[in-house]
Amino acid sequence: MSDKIALVTGASRGIGKAIAMALSGQGMTVIGTATTEGGAEAITAYLKEAGNAGCGMALNVSEAESVDSVIKAINEQFGAPTVLVNNAGITKDNIMMRMKDEEWFDVIDTNLNSLYRLTKACLRGMTKARWGRIVNISSVVGSMGNAGQANYAASKGGMDGFSRALAREVGSRNITVNSVAPGFIDTDMTAKLPEEQRQALAAQIPLARLGQPEEIAGVVAFLVSDAAAYVTGDTIHVNGGMYMA
Amino acid sequence: MSSIEERVKKIVAEQLGVKEEDVQESASFVEDLGADSLDTVELVMALEEEFETEIPDEEAEKITTVKLAIDYIKENLQ
Repeated sequence: MSDKIALVTGASRGIGKAIAMALSGQGMTVIGTATTEGGAEAITAYLKEAGNAGCGMALNVSEAESVDSVIKAINEQFGAPTVLVNNAGITKDNIMMRMKDEEWFDVIDTNLNSLYRLTKACLRGMTKARWGRIVNISSVVGSMGNAGQANYAASKGGMDGFSRALAREVGSRNITVNSVAPGFIDTDMTAKLPEEQRQALAAQIPLARLGQPEEIAGVVAFLVSDAAAYVTGDTIHVNGGMYMA
Repeated sequence: MSSIEERVKKIVAEQLGVKEEDVQESASFVEDLGADSLDTVELVMALEEEFETEIPDEEAEKITTVKLAIDYIKENLQ
């Protein structure tokens, strides 16, 4: 795995950071992206500390030009990424009758349209290498729904469908495409929830606690490894049992 | 240096896994040489590399036969 270049979006904190660290642990050169320069510097700092040759880069996944220039920079500095983890995501919750255009479109653009842009940009390198791993970080909400998150659920369910369609398309080139659907994980995204709601959520989880980012990263690390070579088009739920498909 | 015709035919044979003598100029990649849609994209990628050029998607989609590939390269290079 040491010759592989991995690109992880939204890697400055939370699940993305844990994934970047896990892939670094597998010996991959990791490029992590963040929306701000400060975030990119933080990624470079933790990768350096981990002895990784990769770095952080500022990327706005909802802008085509930004994606193009970052992919170009990675290709020039490191080579073509053959591992892509689409992790960057946002929430803008509201009940449907109150939802604003901006809340709908921002979430779809960052969470779902980004898949189109980044995957298309990375597929050329993967088809040439006759090897590739794409892992999309969706959500349990994409499968079970959640009131007040129609935009988020639509984007996450969309990611799972994308994974299945693309898995069929590029399977013949030894490229696997899977989704990992986290449940409630202890990150900044869920820290926004009031304590009462966190308690109520934990009560619905058979393992009776929120998950840790490293518990998602471990599954991603498996999916990109040789051990998972025959797993494709799947959505792996990692949620402490709160949703069982 | 081999001719453009020869270089294109060699790449087509390599990419599609067919014999060079089967690569007639009139041959269609999909109908005669058994390419699928992904093969045709990869074929264009290989042509881009061989001739150090970039073929825009809308042009690439029109390149469906060996002759069309040769013509495109001739018209757009040198």
